[in-house]
Amino acid sequence: MPRASNDTAIAIDRVHKRYGRTHALRGVSFDIRRGEYFGLLGPNGAGKSTLISIIAGLTHASEGSIAVLGHDVRSDFRAARRALGVVPQELVYDPFFPVRDLLRLQAGYYGCGRDYWPWINELLERLELTDKRDMSMRALSGGMKRRVLIAQALVHKPDVVILDEPTAGVDVELRRTLWRFTRDLNDAGHTIVLTTHYLEEAEELCDRIAILNHGELKVLEDKRALLDRHPYRFLSLQLTGDGGPLPAEVEALVEDRHEDTLELKLEQGRHYIADVMESIRDAGYRIADVRTREPHLEDIFVELTMDKPDGRAA
Amino acid sequence: MNWRGCYTLFVKEVRRFYNVLGQTVGAPVITAMLYLLVFRQVLEDRVNVYEGVSYTAFLIPGLIMMNVIQNSFANTSSSITQSKVMGNLVFLLLTPISAFEFYLAYIGAALLRATLVATVLYVLAQLFVTVPMANPLVVAAMLVCAGGTLAVMGMIAGIMADKFEHLAAFQNFFIMPLSFLSGVFYSIHSLPAFWQTASHFNPFFYMIDGFRQGFFGVGDVDPLRSLAVAAGFFVLVSIIAISMLARGYKIRG
Repeated sequence: MPRASNDTAIAIDRVHKRYGRTHALRGVSFDIRRGEYFGLLGPNGAGKSTLISIIAGLTHASEGSIAVLGHDVRSDFRAARRALGVVPQELVYDPFFPVRDLLRLQAGYYGCGRDYWPWINELLERLELTDKRDMSMRALSGGMKRRVLIAQALVHKPDVVILDEPTAGVDVELRRTLWRFTRDLNDAGHTIVLTTHYLEEAEELCDRIAILNHGELKVLEDKRALLDRHPYRFLSLQLTGDGGPLPAEVEALVEDRHEDTLELKLEQGRHYIADVMESIRDAGYRIADVRTREPHLEDIFVELTMDKPDGRAA
Repeated sequence: MNWRGCYTLFVKEVRRFYNVLGQTVGAPVITAMLYLLVFRQVLEDRVNVYEGVSYTAFLIPGLIMMNVIQNSFANTSSSITQSKVMGNLVFLLLTPISAFEFYLAYIGAALLRATLVATVLYVLAQLFVTVPMANPLVVAAMLVCAGGTLAVMGMIAGIMADKFEHLAAFQNFFIMPLSFLSGVFYSIHSLPAFWQTASHFNPFFYMIDGFRQGFFGVGDVDPLRSLAVAAGFFVLVSIIAISMLARGYKIRG
């Protein structure tokens, strides 16, 4: 049975999912806390969408269980689904109805009546859809359709909101609007679960991050702790002069080489910037510019999800 | 029960066919009236099925029931298949609507469309000939059982179909032949012995014959038997459809 406590929004307990011979999820267990902004990351095929589908009741787990606010998604599906709002990844819509009618119908499916209509009007306002309320979904741009999907997920005022790649294919302005909107929701007490391929988005928004790979949970940590545990920093050097080959110990640190610029990956406590620069000068180069940067989530993501040369997953 | 959710889904399904009333009610009515005009012109004076009942009058309940069958099936099957193909079924699957509520809403809307088509046809048919209604209760019961059965079969076909082609195959190779060969245009007593026996294995025959008895008080088999067969099929296919919905067969990953 899922472990449920008052501060748990979603409890995922030893969940497996098999599609024929494909083992999409391999015993995934973790909790998402109430009120947090949670990032669920992973490369394509990692199992993120499968896991979200199981949480939302769109597919059933082969083994294990999931509870939303303590309600099992199968045996107590009504309460679990009332607590959950899901923004699907695909831009799907019903072409028969105008925007406001769609939202009112969606609220009705959750048992919400006319008393929710002011909330629907507020959603239209906040998502800048008021002037589109009588238009058919067919007539809306991709960005507007995405906003309607978000409104549909929120019509019944769910405590937990899952956004499955909400900013895929949207322009920068809309992406920033959506970021602001989801942050406001989170500030208002909603638990937000975000899957995204834009790692800077997860880095910007999320409190805690889980990374799935090959159907397994690779890491689950507070964002800050995750970034801090990466023991590297990056040193970017612009070189001039006709130096010879770099010393082997410096060459081993080169991550990237672009025209006259080298990017080196230094392990904290082992490689020192002063030593590296001195070795490069000794090789006959002048250092015209120096930059350092701390690791981004992307560096950690790549390290954790990149398959090893021998075929093993990281 | 999530009654509001169920009612909202029913309203949505009604609005879906109401938005295209010309296509969902107008078109079948026009087709049926054309059948009536042509068959009346060609066969009115040549065929006499029941004593004291003109061929045109005989034809009308059969045509109405054929349209009830086809429209009930079309309403559920096209709606579900369309939602699956377009991907918007997800908005229903996310909600706290149970399998039974889903079933009730879809079947209710299909029955309403079938009743609308049947009523319009019956009223327009009075322009050609007065068709009595000997037993309105039997008429209503047969309409619900037959329309309900076909609506559920449409639901099952919609769940199973991956594309509209599958649905068309089900409609063209199963629904259409069985409804045409069920005594819409003739009494099975006019058929050779083999085909008379074969007709008794066609559930649509009971639906049409029972429905017709509600109008004329006479038919090819006992009306209670027709009602029992139609109701039995309704229950049987309903159990199958509800269990498919509850298991999420082909709709929940």
